[in-house]
Amino acid sequence: MLATHSTSQRRRLQAVLEHASGDKRFKILEAHMKKFQFRHDALIEILHKAQELFGYLEDDLLLFISCKLKLPASRVYGVATFYHFFTLKPQGAHTCVVCMGTACYVKGANKVLAAIQEDLKVKPGETTADGQLSLLTARCIGACGIAPAVVYDGTVTPRQTAESALEQVRKWVTP
Amino acid sequence: MGDAMILSDLTQIKARELAARKKVVLRVCLAAGCMSSESKGVKERLEQAVAEAGLQEEVEVRGVGCMKLCCEGPLVQADPENALYIKVTAQNAPSIVAALKGGKAEVARTDPDAPFFKRQLGIVLANSGIVDPERIESYIALDGYQALHEVLHEMTPKEVVDAMVASGLRGRGGAGFPTGLKWGTVAKSPGAKKYVICNADEGDPGAFMDRSVLESDPHAVLEGMAIAAYAVGADQGFIYVRAEYPLAIARLQNAIKQAKQLGLLGSGVFESPFNFNIDIRIGAGAFVCGEETALMASVEGKRGTPRPRPPFPAESGLFGCPTLINNVETFANVPAIYRNGAEWFAGIGTEKSKGTKVFALAGKIKNTGLIEVPMGTPLRVIVEEMGGGAPDGGRIKAVQTGGPSGGCIPAQHLDTPVDYESLGKLGSIMGSGGMIVMDESTKMVDVARFFMEFCMDESCGKCIPCRAGTVQMHNLLEKILQRKATVRDLLKLEELCDMVKHTSLCGLGQTAPNPTLSTLRFFRNEYEELLQPDKFGPPGNGGPRESARTP
Amino acid sequence: MAAKTLTIDGKPISAEEGATILQASEEAGAKIPTLCHLDGVYDVGACRLCLVEVTGVPKLLPACTTTVAEGMDVKTDSERLRRYRRMILELLFAERNHVCAVCVSNGHCELQTLAYNHGMDHVRYDYLFPKWGVDNTHPLFGMDHNRCILCTRCVRVCWHIEGAGTKNVSGRGAQARIITDLNIPWGESDSCTRCGKCVQACPTGALSHKGSTVGEMERDRGKLEFIVLAREKKQWVTAD
Ligand SMILES: Cc1cc2nc3c(=O)[nH]c(=O)nc-3n(C[C@H](O)[C@H](O)[C@H](O)COP(=O)(O)O)c2cc1C
Ligand code: SF4
Ligand code: SF4
Ligand code: FES
Ligand code: FES
Repeated sequence: MLATHSTSQRRRLQAVLEHASGDKRFKILEAHMKKFQFRHDALIEILHKAQELFGYLEDDLLLFISCKLKLPASRVYGVATFYHFFTLKPQGAHTCVVCMGTACYVKGANKVLAAIQEDLKVKPGETTADGQLSLLTARCIGACGIAPAVVYDGTVTPRQTAESALEQVRKWVTP
Repeated sequence: MGDAMILSDLTQIKARELAARKKVVLRVCLAAGCMSSESKGVKERLEQAVAEAGLQEEVEVRGVGCMKLCCEGPLVQADPENALYIKVTAQNAPSIVAALKGGKAEVARTDPDAPFFKRQLGIVLANSGIVDPERIESYIALDGYQALHEVLHEMTPKEVVDAMVASGLRGRGGAGFPTGLKWGTVAKSPGAKKYVICNADEGDPGAFMDRSVLESDPHAVLEGMAIAAYAVGADQGFIYVRAEYPLAIARLQNAIKQAKQLGLLGSGVFESPFNFNIDIRIGAGAFVCGEETALMASVEGKRGTPRPRPPFPAESGLFGCPTLINNVETFANVPAIYRNGAEWFAGIGTEKSKGTKVFALAGKIKNTGLIEVPMGTPLRVIVEEMGGGAPDGGRIKAVQTGGPSGGCIPAQHLDTPVDYESLGKLGSIMGSGGMIVMDESTKMVDVARFFMEFCMDESCGKCIPCRAGTVQMHNLLEKILQRKATVRDLLKLEELCDMVKHTSLCGLGQTAPNPTLSTLRFFRNEYEELLQPDKFGPPGNGGPRESARTP
Repeated sequence: MAAKTLTIDGKPISAEEGATILQASEEAGAKIPTLCHLDGVYDVGACRLCLVEVTGVPKLLPACTTTVAEGMDVKTDSERLRRYRRMILELLFAERNHVCAVCVSNGHCELQTLAYNHGMDHVRYDYLFPKWGVDNTHPLFGMDHNRCILCTRCVRVCWHIEGAGTKNVSGRGAQARIITDLNIPWGESDSCTRCGKCVQACPTGALSHKGSTVGEMERDRGKLEFIVLAREKKQWVTAD
């Protein structure tokens, strides 16, 4: 890089690296990269780990990854935004994933989703104002035999209705 | 890593397993469907009950994979009596143990000889629900890894390929490409480094066959991959699993670890010069990554966008090396083919579609779950006899196969045999095996819109026809549903379907119009009922020039 | 290298082994429309305008990525191809906001030229009118996302020729968008060397030199070819 081009970006990276030295999670993340010998093809694996550690992929975190893997920042950002699984915004304390796959859809998953949307005033992909719940949708979680399925905080729950779903999510949000 | 394994070690493990077998085996389904109904608690409670009754010496409680009738889960099966208990709870589980001593179990049972089970033929799912997916010894006891041994010691790679050709197996990932032909091409491609990839992305919504195979019998997939690697000359494998399948990922990781410990993966497998390692790569929620070139881009850590073929992966694939890519179910067929012979396999199914196919039966049907039937079985047998028809006295209207790339087969065609060609003739495809039953309450235009929305959301955005075309087609379908469209819009929709189908870069765009086209073919009246009269009269007589803004 | 003989639009020609149909067609004097293709950078086969018919092949093939084969019989023009090409162009015009009358590239735009050549005088699909922004933070160049057709020519020259890796695509499907570094304003980018290759590469008015007004943005494609030759073949060809 040309010395004359040193700007705010540079300073930002410096700040990130400084901050990283005091945060254990960055150490774990770096160890994970080392396991893959900092190979470029491990980018997605690294992003998975980063999201697991930090909950979401903040810009500074992506900058850290691009620096350590020696990849252009645009590539890291391009990959992180291509895949639905990665989120660049903080998530709520709880998550509710409504499966909108075919089997769940024909069995009324859209009614379950609409009820939650209506009741909590959130759209899929958003988090409630109190930060308690993120409402998400999935394209089949492979539990079609028990459709419609909803995943509450990682637990797959079978045969949901608007009522059962509301009962569950209302426990989490401040009324 | 353990010492090199030899055949006698394998037979010893098998003998030990069989000798340790207890008089009664209680199998509890620990696949994702039943797990979500707390089957883990059921298993713990059963173990406790066995201990309390002092039956540890006689009764084994074993966690197994999918027992197929997912809608009735959690399922528990008792051997040798062959009783199948349904909807078991932690509360009533102890009565199953009590029943072993002559009491009566207070748990509902279902008939294991019902057509849902009797009509099935297990090759891919032969071990599912029987083997303990977390213990490699359990797989070895069922003759696991013997085919790999035989292949490595008694066949040349060319003979392995030839046998695959003779078996007639076709890819189970959707397109039905002859597997032997693909193996042969990769084997012949020059290159010091070659890869084998197992496509476990299973993105088709409403399909969970691959998930069940991975959760229920992961070693069959590993063994199949190893045999393929030997045939094509690869030493590194990857399994690309979607992140939505955490249990499958965990079971695979465990299975790979065990196989390495026993020297069934790694270097010098069975004291032969064959080396093979398998790594897992986890997807991140992109349907298009099931497409083989996009999948490879994703394994390379890039944006999962497809690229034009040729070059085909068999010539230039992962990291530019010759690469064999097959579906989970395709690999799961492999060990059985070498254990029983290619002729045995070729004897099952129809003229052009050999073997069996696993379907995930779901939607408006009584028995939802997994079925494996010989190719050529009529749809009617599947949905009416095995599936038990629509629940609550409803009537079946259509069967959707092939997911977002497939079509809806109307009830009047239920006598169609399921094989690649017959389904293709009806404008649908075999697909990976999702089979969604729809009843009279399902609106077909809405189904078409549902799939178009799916394709629109999942389009990678690289090529224009798919990226912009799916948006316009979705808008048109939405307009029709809102009763705002005229016959002009319908014609526009059909024209776009034709264009996107023939000009898109990858299979996603090329097949995105299929659900719309097939519902238009069989349920056109449902579209027409929603149309509004065109105030400009019928098209063709110089109507309006919509949005006549010159560029 | 071995030569292959084939016919393009009925004309028998010979082409080097490994040449694409697009390259061979120049020799035959056939003009195949392209948008994502740019001489000197690798092809991605994304715009699908260059699709041609090949006798005996059921699928349409992209001329820019399909290599010639012995005895191939190629048709670069037909009623069906023209219809598809026109529809693709219409889809592009409906997708973002291409208001040529006020565009810096008016009169020098590849998209506009193609539309004229294909008699595309109106768009039958609903305009989507998305609200994409304009990035004017760079001291030399401007980026108007409303006019971007996502051909990725800028991304490819930035990676492949300049090697800076400043530009890339974020998101997917209709939400895809060209980004700079970590999706930051172009003017704040460290990696951008201000070489201007992306601006030279852009087929539309999406990328432009600062200060160009309507119709002023002409491109000097010769510059790109000069650099490509220099980088790849170590030949510095200044005069044509
Ligand atoms: C959009 C799209 C999605 C696909 N998804 C899958 C998938 O989830 N699983 C799969 O095995 N094959 C999928 N395929 C097919 C693969 O590209 C490839 O043909 C297959 O993995 C080859 O394996 P086989 O020969 O064993 O069928 C998909 C294809 C397309 C175009
Ligand atoms: S058809 Fe769709 S998914 Fe496939 S390359 Fe084109 S835009 Fe991407
Ligand atoms: S900015 Fe220009 S060159 Fe870059 S993708 Fe958009 S239209 Fe193509
Ligand atoms: S459609 Fe919801 S789990 Fe498959
Ligand atoms: S020029 Fe060939 S696809 Fe765009």
